[in-house]
Amino acid sequence: MSNIPAELRFAESHEWARLEADGTVTVGISDHAQEALGDVVFVELTEVGTEFAAGEAAGVVESVKAASDIYSPIGGEVIAVNEALADSPEELNNDPYAAWIFKLKPSDKAELDKLLDAAAYKAAIGE
Amino acid sequence: MGQRTPLYDLHLALGAKMVDFGGWDMPLHYGSQVEEHHEVRRDCGVFDVSHMTVIDVDGPQAKAWLQHLLANDVGRLHRPGRALYSTMLNERGGIVDDMIVYRLEDRYRLVFNASTRDQDLAWMQAQVAGYDVHLHERQDLAMLAIQGPQARQKIAELVTQSRAALIQHLKPFEAEVDGDWFIARTGYTGEDGLEIALPAEQAPGFFNDLVGAGISPIGLGARDTLRVEAGMNLYGQDIHQDVSPLASNMAWSIAWEPASRQFIGRSALEAEKAAGVAHKLVGLVLEERGVLRAHQVVRIADVGEGEITSGSFSPTLSKSIALARVPMATADRAEVEIRGKWYPVRVVKPTFVRHGKTLI
Repeated sequence: MSNIPAELRFAESHEWARLEADGTVTVGISDHAQEALGDVVFVELTEVGTEFAAGEAAGVVESVKAASDIYSPIGGEVIAVNEALADSPEELNNDPYAAWIFKLKPSDKAELDKLLDAAAYKAAIGE
Repeated sequence: MGQRTPLYDLHLALGAKMVDFGGWDMPLHYGSQVEEHHEVRRDCGVFDVSHMTVIDVDGPQAKAWLQHLLANDVGRLHRPGRALYSTMLNERGGIVDDMIVYRLEDRYRLVFNASTRDQDLAWMQAQVAGYDVHLHERQDLAMLAIQGPQARQKIAELVTQSRAALIQHLKPFEAEVDGDWFIARTGYTGEDGLEIALPAEQAPGFFNDLVGAGISPIGLGARDTLRVEAGMNLYGQDIHQDVSPLASNMAWSIAWEPASRQFIGRSALEAEKAAGVAHKLVGLVLEERGVLRAHQVVRIADVGEGEITSGSFSPTLSKSIALARVPMATADRAEVEIRGKWYPVRVVKPTFVRHGKTLI
């Protein structure tokens, strides 16, 4: 059973999104995703200032096994990337909900409502 | 559902993530593939390799037939207990499979890849006409590989006295039979270790003893990163029906002498040599962050292009390495295309790590 925090929203492509108090949205990958990927050894981060539409490829996570695209769960402009992942990509395995990947200034906060809540994500991954 | 080895239930009980490998349900890892890799390099671990194809060859002309079938020469196995690595070639010099051949008292034992079983058997059956030989596939056996610097020591403490003595005196690339166990000092990791074939019904008990003694189970994931670091080719990836050993860093496994030995593929190899071998298999080291993967394009300035055949993250080196087939006139630097960008790589001999030591 993977860990699925109730306060987060999830994309079907296994990213989590968290609305912060300042209106920005933090993005990472779910516990289920890191489990499926196996040992993460490299994260190709996007650049601050890039604008993404919901569902657009926004970086790559490489495990020993394979490379997987990360998709932006909602549209917006990248305002920060987690540079610490360059030196310790394994944090995505160790603590997937603390090891965020990028932060967005959302173009439309209502897009968050289109994401899965914890219960729906749990069902989506068959748990 | 794929085929299962006798250890399937134990893998599940140990928390293995199972994957399909050549039609078999096999453990990919039991938690962390990287940790398992390190465990083998610094101590030891046990792999279930019961999916591999074991064929015993006997009969009055077993030796003569294998001298016809294989590019290496079993005539070099001067006494029972010796083993050698070889390929089996088609008429074009392409590799049908690679294997280890063990000479035993009354027969030869060939251990092939799992995913090539059907093509191997079909090929061998097609070549037996005119020879008095018998092939026996040993599906009654399970096989465990126990690999790492502490492997022999630790196993010797868990088996009968006679098997312990055998394990102590076996030299690299030797094998002996003790009762219904076949014990070989061979492997696929670049570390010391053993491969033990035993009756399938005894395998769960022995595997349990090993794990109970603190020997970690290791999945196919670490098996792959260990063999890439050791520069060992994987059939279906680095070598296949359309490449020869000459283009695969395996010329050493071809026995040219005696010149009178007409093994299958010999004339094609001679023609390839005479024309000049076009490609070679080299190692690549990515100095920047990123991961090299199979099928990425390799570009060598003023020489030409090649392709990565196996690429991975190397846990021992903490950087990405690869095996790549490139034009013979290679250089010591090249570039690899990863997602549309070109990254500089170092071109090295394709042996990155052996016996725990970094070679590059």
